[in-house]
Formats: sequence, structure tokens, C-alpha cells
Amino acid sequence: MSTLTQLLIAIGGLAIGTFAFRVAGPLLGKNAKSPDGEGEPCAGAEGERRGLPPWLEALMSRGAVVLLIAVVASTALTEEQGFAGIARPAGVLVGGVLAWLKVPFIVVILAAAAVAAGLRLMGVA
Amino acid sequence: MRSLWRTLSRPILRNIALVCLADGVVGLSYGAIAVSKGFELWVPVVLAIAVLAGAAELLFVGIVASGGSVFAAMAAGLLVNARHLPFGVAVRDVIGSGWRRVLGSHVMNDESVVFALSQQQADKRKAAFWICGVGILICWPVGAFVGGLIGGSIGDTDVFGLDAMFPTVLLALVLPSLKDRRTRLAVIAGAVIAVATTPLLPAGMPVLLSLIGLIFTAGKNRGS
Repeated sequence: MSTLTQLLIAIGGLAIGTFAFRVAGPLLGKNAKSPDGEGEPCAGAEGERRGLPPWLEALMSRGAVVLLIAVVASTALTEEQGFAGIARPAGVLVGGVLAWLKVPFIVVILAAAAVAAGLRLMGVA
Repeated sequence: MRSLWRTLSRPILRNIALVCLADGVVGLSYGAIAVSKGFELWVPVVLAIAVLAGAAELLFVGIVASGGSVFAAMAAGLLVNARHLPFGVAVRDVIGSGWRRVLGSHVMNDESVVFALSQQQADKRKAAFWICGVGILICWPVGAFVGGLIGGSIGDTDVFGLDAMFPTVLLALVLPSLKDRRTRLAVIAGAVIAVATTPLLPAGMPVLLSLIGLIFTAGKNRGS
């Protein structure tokens, strides 16, 4: 293991870098805002939205959906660069089908966990 | 905060509470794992508060514990967290200015973003984002702290199928956004790219590469 100082610097670097990624989007909106919107205190939805052209706004919303589903697929199917096994994706698949059938959210989530746990109980990894 | 509560219906508030609770339980296992790998209790807790991104924290702890350098672990964590940049553009309308921009950016994560996207009206998007984000800001570090205190006796939460809950939460909430055919194409292409490249690339890269799927939505989007 490394020294305490190195550990602290690395944790600080991860925290600051992550915050920079997070704050970049909201700041981008501010900088791109037209000058007449500048004086607005706590600009609401409309004020902040004025910045980017609509097509880019739509593309970014789609991008967020694409990223989220990529996170779903990766966390459901893979574990540390390998296959996650049967139980987890099976649970997620059952949950996904139930959600598509408009079953209440809480049932969807608990069913996903129950299927994965049940399969493991039966010896299916 | 009080007006945010009133904006959302009870079922949505209950769903957010469920997700925060589930994150808290995963936090328990994260704290326990970190301590069992030889970290002092403050490490997972400080990471949980200051980074507030579960996947990156688990990766950081895992790399350092397996003998990797802390700076390699930092770089890996940053790569995993780079997706927050496009997230920030997508949800920037729900984040105010001043201190709200600081706190709102910090509580931006997969769950708060997906809850925001699942709402149509501007005020509900905002309320869902903030309540979920602040809820996780509380539940995740508390879970990590308690888990670290209890330590090894927690065992593997995978036994309860908790690992299947997180992807299901995101999937269930994002489903309504998939009505548009071109979005569906982009999403499927992106997911295939992400999974197919996972064995080959460092953690974080595959998810970012999923954005290539957006070319399927090009058509009417000038120059993109």
C-alpha cells in the first residue's frame, strides 16, 4: 500500500475530477446563455435552456439515455471484464419485462432481486 | 426542499425512497468490503461523501487493495466517472446557480439523472432529481460507515440479489424514453458496443464508447 499522503492526494484528485465532470454540463449552459439572460438570479428551466441549440439539447438527452442503458447492460452482464453469470442478468431481464408490462416499480425491483437470489439459492450462479 | 416534496406524487416519492434504501444497503457491503481489504474506516466513508459514485469507489478500493498504485486507481475512477459530463448537459435545467449548482452537480449520479429523465414536467424533473440526489448523499455514506463498522460479518449482498436491483432500477426508469425508434436504435447499438468492448478496455471506457450509438440518430440532427 502507498503512503497516507499519496492516498489522500489520490482521493482528493478523484473527488475534484469527478466534480469537474459533473459541473461542466451546468456551467456550459451558463456560458452559452445569451447576454440578456445574464442577470437572472437562479435561472429556472427556461433561462438555462436558452443556451444550447434545440438539436444539441435533444442529442444530449438521447446521449444520457444511451449511457444509462450502457450502464444497465454492463452491470447486468459483466463483472470485472468477465461474464457476470446467469442469475443477475436473469433477474434484470425479469424486472425489465415486468416494467414494460407497467407493473408497479417496487414489484419490478423486488422481483429482479428475488429472481437473482432464488437462482443462486438453487445453485445457479 | 419542502416545496420539492409536494411536487411529486406519493408513489414517486416511495420509489425514490426505495432506491435510496437499496443504495444504502449496497453501501453497507461497500464499507464492509473496503475495511475487510485492509482500509481504515475513514477511507470508504470519505470516498462516499467526496466522490459519491459507487462504481468508481469500489474500483478505487479494489485496485489499491490488489497492490495497484493509488494514482492508477484515481485515473480508473475518473474514467468511470467521465459519463457525468454528458449527464450534466442533459439535466442542467434542474440544477440552479450559485450553491445550488455546486450541490446539484455533486448529487448528480445514475439514479438521480434517471429519475429526472423519467419525469415530463420541469418542476417534477427538478424535484425528482434533488430528492433522489440528496437521499443518496445521505444513504450511501451512512451505509458505507455502518458497513465498515460491522465489517466482515455482513457477507456478500449478492446472495439477496441486490446486484440485480441497480441495473433494474435504471432500466425500469429509462424505459419510457425508449418510445422513439431512433433512440431505441442508438441505445441498442450503444449497449452492444459497451458489452462487447468490456473484456478489452479499461473500466469506464466501454460505457463512454456507447455514445457512438448516437450516430444512428443522426438523420435530422444537423452535423451530428
